[in-house]
Amino acid sequence: MPITRDEVAHLAGLSRLALTEAELEHFAEQLDVIITSVARVQEVAADGIAPMTHAVPVVNVFREDVEVPCLAQEVVLSQAPAAEQGRFRVPRILTED
Amino acid sequence: MTELTAMTAAELAAAVAAGEVTAQEVTKAHLDRIAAVEPQVHAFLHVAADQALAAARAVDDRRAAGMPLGPLAGVPLALKDVLTTADMPTTAGSRILDGWQPPYDATVTRRLREAGVIILGKTNMDEFAMGSSTENSAFGPTHNPWDLSRVPGGSSGGSSAAVTAYEAPLAIGTDTGGSIRQPAAVCGIVGAKPTYGGSSRYGLIAFASSLDTPGPLARTVLDAALLHEAISGHDPCDSTSVNAPVPPVVAAARQADVGGLRIGVVSELSGDGYQPGVLARFGETVELLESLGAKVVEVSCPHFTYALSAYYLIAPSECSSNLARFDAMRYGLRVGDDGTRSAEEVMALTRAQGFGAEVKRRIMLGTYALSSGYYDAYYGKAQQVRTLVTRDFDAAFEQVDVLVSPTTPTTAFPIGERADDPMAMYLADLCTIPSDLAGNAALSVPCGLAPEDGLPVGFQIMAPALGDDRLYRVAAAVEAALEDRWGGPLLAQSKGLGR
Amino acid sequence: MTDLATTLVPYDEALARYEPVIGLETHVELGTATKMFCGCRTVFGAEPNSEVCPVCLGLPGSLPVANRAAIEYTIRIGLALNCSISSWCRFARKNYFYPDMPKDFQISQYDEPLCTDGWLDITVRDTVGDRQVRIGIERVHLEEDTGKSLHVGGATGRIHGADYSLVDYNRAGIPLVEVVTKPVPGAGALAPEIGRVYVTELRELLRALDVSDVRMEEGSLRCDVNTSIAPAGSAQWGTRTETKNVNSLRSVERAIRFEIQRQAGVLDAGGRIVQETRHFHEDTGTTTAGRSKEEAQDYRYFPEPDLVPVAPSPEWVAQIKAALPELPAARRVRLQAEWGLTDLDMAALRNAGALELVEQTVAAGASAADARKWWLGELARRANEQGTELAALPVTPAQVARVAELVSSKTLNDKLARQVLDFVLAGEGDPDEIIAARGLAVVSDDGALIAVVDEVIAASPDIVAKIRDGKTAAAGALVGSVMKATRGQADASRARELILERIAAS
Repeated sequence: MPITRDEVAHLAGLSRLALTEAELEHFAEQLDVIITSVARVQEVAADGIAPMTHAVPVVNVFREDVEVPCLAQEVVLSQAPAAEQGRFRVPRILTED
Repeated sequence: MTELTAMTAAELAAAVAAGEVTAQEVTKAHLDRIAAVEPQVHAFLHVAADQALAAARAVDDRRAAGMPLGPLAGVPLALKDVLTTADMPTTAGSRILDGWQPPYDATVTRRLREAGVIILGKTNMDEFAMGSSTENSAFGPTHNPWDLSRVPGGSSGGSSAAVTAYEAPLAIGTDTGGSIRQPAAVCGIVGAKPTYGGSSRYGLIAFASSLDTPGPLARTVLDAALLHEAISGHDPCDSTSVNAPVPPVVAAARQADVGGLRIGVVSELSGDGYQPGVLARFGETVELLESLGAKVVEVSCPHFTYALSAYYLIAPSECSSNLARFDAMRYGLRVGDDGTRSAEEVMALTRAQGFGAEVKRRIMLGTYALSSGYYDAYYGKAQQVRTLVTRDFDAAFEQVDVLVSPTTPTTAFPIGERADDPMAMYLADLCTIPSDLAGNAALSVPCGLAPEDGLPVGFQIMAPALGDDRLYRVAAAVEAALEDRWGGPLLAQSKGLGR
Repeated sequence: MTDLATTLVPYDEALARYEPVIGLETHVELGTATKMFCGCRTVFGAEPNSEVCPVCLGLPGSLPVANRAAIEYTIRIGLALNCSISSWCRFARKNYFYPDMPKDFQISQYDEPLCTDGWLDITVRDTVGDRQVRIGIERVHLEEDTGKSLHVGGATGRIHGADYSLVDYNRAGIPLVEVVTKPVPGAGALAPEIGRVYVTELRELLRALDVSDVRMEEGSLRCDVNTSIAPAGSAQWGTRTETKNVNSLRSVERAIRFEIQRQAGVLDAGGRIVQETRHFHEDTGTTTAGRSKEEAQDYRYFPEPDLVPVAPSPEWVAQIKAALPELPAARRVRLQAEWGLTDLDMAALRNAGALELVEQTVAAGASAADARKWWLGELARRANEQGTELAALPVTPAQVARVAELVSSKTLNDKLARQVLDFVLAGEGDPDEIIAARGLAVVSDDGALIAVVDEVIAASPDIVAKIRDGKTAAAGALVGSVMKATRGQADASRARELILERIAAS
């Protein structure tokens, strides 16, 4: 089932990418080819196989609750696109949290 | 190219330590070389001449004060621009980070500095390490020194080209699906992917967290081993860092003896659609190893045929999440903030302009694979396939000590040839991906030129996790025997910028 | 976004026709010294963006490393809530874009929480008496907090109408434990109170565990309330709404109550409840619609690849369990037995917020009876007058114990004791200092007292006559006069003795 332009628009929205109409069409075509190809994984019988998420089978890696020096405020804000009153200034937020 | 730039890292380190040459002289020679060839190669995004000379002076001062020097002190290095440097900008090859100055060094960066290695600058790469040709860089491609109209491979193309063009004897790349080994192969140099977790990811701008691995690029196996050791080891800042002794790769590189070693040729990785010259050189190298005393058998790893598909689900999924932080709020590019737009709009506009096409494709692919309703069939299934790939490796390593294959199905392709065909581009990673999925160690060593185009072919060696030393033992044997046959290093045969 | 005309059905009416089901999600900021995944400090009120590092700022290349103490605190909470502790679980990424989230994903837990399936018993007041309710705990999991935004330009400082926002990431990365209850059906009219009492009990439990300072006003304890209603007798539960910005215990109760009334109004009018997030307003006690959850956010959860699984060993869990302090419920049982109180007495103490104060007063040397008398009597009255809580009064348990002791030793009588406490509350110092400065001790010198008694006797011949007649009760009036004459500083019972003696003797 080919991936549609609307589905790509949905994905673009979810990932905060403002794509043009032309891009949406173009990406839809390309993504369709790719998804069809990678869907091959579904051919593999994998009942009862645990998914792998770590090459390294290690557990319980912790740090102790001890202070470590942090960054200075000027350094933190030095790369900010906009700053005000020691804070990062961002455009008005639409979605409520 | 002066004498100094033709020397290996081991030779340079020895010369500096012996006082035959100063680190500053070595650094200057390489900076000159960079200036001479960069207009054609474009391996570097940023050359830090002042910092490099200052670091070199510090090494010279240490030596003058009679203090001990590490095995690579005074040796210049090119650092892939995906690792943070507190005194140089870091872009990950992307417009979205153009001009970003990190406030901290990556652990790999820090270890290099502590070792007295001289960081000459940051090298070009496919944007956020996504690609196999370095054409996805926002700052223009890098050119293969063997043939400037061709790609140097990717995503560590800049690092690979820099070493190949004698701009530095050492370079650091990162390997997620083959991004160290494949560039090394198409550039005719040595490139290794350590065991996942063997080298720290702290300060490595993440592409795919469960796959990314920093590793060495060099012109000789010994040089690669020395660099491999210098950057490896447990890091408490990286939870996935391996807490085990670094495998003895340098000792293994000096050992170069494969008598009695069991070698497995992976049947699923030596076949259809590969360039004939690649297969020919590969086959000859296998025979060579047999003649040196290794026992060669064929081994089947049936799930390797699904490895590419699994990888192109897992890596995009992780990257779709890792790249979310580039939202124009705290650093990097911000577009469209004219007082009328919302944060959401500014985020979307910035990311649309700041990311290239391949990055956007992978973000959307990853978002798709993780979506509710699709997770089980795509990401979930891919992770299961990954377990099966790992089990194939485990079973194989019961029978053999190392597995081998061509590093990549073709030699360096022309710039532009695959740029519009993502799937064709992905095929470059066919042979390298399985080791990334399993987290195993793997290495590419040059094994000759393809007769049809005179371009380098790489021989891939794969070892179990924490078996990195086996790679160097086999690679050193191959290198010694082949250089003997060739009468010198492969690079000497280059008619391009190699000489 | 404003609601269409909201009809509120009167509460009792709503409860007559609908059955509410509630659930509570509580976020607790842990009181660890450092953040969840890095070594930055977790202090409150620091200069903005001065307690951040590459990790909690989510800078490119940064990586998280889990804080062992935070894991331990979470297990402690789970054990105290009778949960099962997972033997192997992972963190997961919850992906969504928001400016206060440095990575635009939150490291949390999804389908593998650290603790599951527990309970907390609470007691609520019914029309017939006390009722025990067992609140099921679905899960307790661990995650990281976000930064904080100030919204500039709007009228109320809220997002609506703001021109831009200012973000401080000091709070980003502070460990947050989320405690989620199972739905609580069958609460009926008690639903709002059950919500409030649950949060109260949970808070007390968390304080006893020493894992958080649980200050709702500072945000270290945050509550979201889920409410749904269904027609009485129906088999299915209704659609629930989630109400946020519930910043006090009283708000928990008010929010539930309002939602029940509002939802009843919607259903009565033939409408349907939208599954959404609502915002509670302190000033009006109402909720308004926020983000619609109809199209539920797809967080695309997947296991966090930068962290390894957490597998608490049985030994570690046993260690934590053994080190659990006495929990509030057990402590209450013990104190009730020690003090010989009835259930009603205990309830009175708790309702007045006097339990700890009485305990501390007893620890300072008073008897339980005396401690109760003072805290539930005089001091409760004063607290009511001032509109404050008992604990907020400027008098310490030690001071109350001292006053009780002074009364027992007859240095003070009741009336004087009350005066002394007044002066303590006024900030004049300790009881002994006040007594010395103001000369408030009971007059213990018989000589001075006899003189006053004689005067009073002489001034009240008719009362004296009555007493001579055998009506000793009349002595009370003379005692009153003596007390007045001595400005309350006589020992009343001694005065009475002396009065009868002197009358008999004359």
